[in-house]
Amino acid sequence: MTQAVLVRRIAARPAIVFDALVTAEGMASWWGPDDLPVLSAMAEPWVNGVFRVRFCRFDGSEHECTGEFLEIERPDRIVMSWRWDEGGDAVEAGNTSRLEFILRAIDTGTELTLIHSALRTEAAARSHACGWAGALEKLLRRYPQPRSAPRV
Amino acid sequence: MVKCSESRLNLIFSALSDPTRRSILARLEKEPRLSISELAEPFAITLPAVLKHLDILCETGLIRRAKTGRTVWIEIEPGSMRVATDWLERHRRFWSTSLDRLVGYAEAKEREAEGEDK
Repeated sequence: MTQAVLVRRIAARPAIVFDALVTAEGMASWWGPDDLPVLSAMAEPWVNGVFRVRFCRFDGSEHECTGEFLEIERPDRIVMSWRWDEGGDAVEAGNTSRLEFILRAIDTGTELTLIHSALRTEAAARSHACGWAGALEKLLRRYPQPRSAPRV
Repeated sequence: MVKCSESRLNLIFSALSDPTRRSILARLEKEPRLSISELAEPFAITLPAVLKHLDILCETGLIRRAKTGRTVWIEIEPGSMRVATDWLERHRRFWSTSLDRLVGYAEAKEREAEGEDK
């Protein structure tokens, strides 16, 4: 249930955005948290196809993430599994999460929604449709912190 | 240590996947200490079912039981959601930068395609 949801409006048609998300050339152009070139990328954009992206960070460390395309409906929707093969967060070693991209055509191009769910198995799309994501985030954020909430 | 926080993360995320447990947490977030019967009252499920949800939440460390006399109180465990909020923050940062670059790339491709269309 815990998921990061991000939305972007892009001045490009859905088919172009879709290809940027699932092709090796596309992935190599944007993947990674720091503004650095991707080291290598491969992608098999069909159901059960594998992808692998290797990138480095400002501190010089190299990271690799990999996964499978689980659902792929050009140009509307992509679901993929995602895990760190190398580097990444120690907390998440061995954890497979779920990544979903939803593309919606708008007047100016495409509205892209990214939903990264911590667990692969959870019914992320459903909970997102129910509008729970925002409510949960609010709950997480307001959850008492040790210092600000003295024990009664 | 790594193993430990990893399984806690999984426990917390599994616990949060259930709507009843989320409502329990949402209530406790407003009233940090409630007796089990107060907590069970709004739910149309049996007391044993509520107790089962509370067991699962206790296991994650998000809440704890405290006993005074005959009353068992359920309290929120401050700071225990940290591992989950950290996950959210890290991933939000990761994708935010990546998506900015994706926008730049896709928009350049669109301009190229428009050039070809003409």
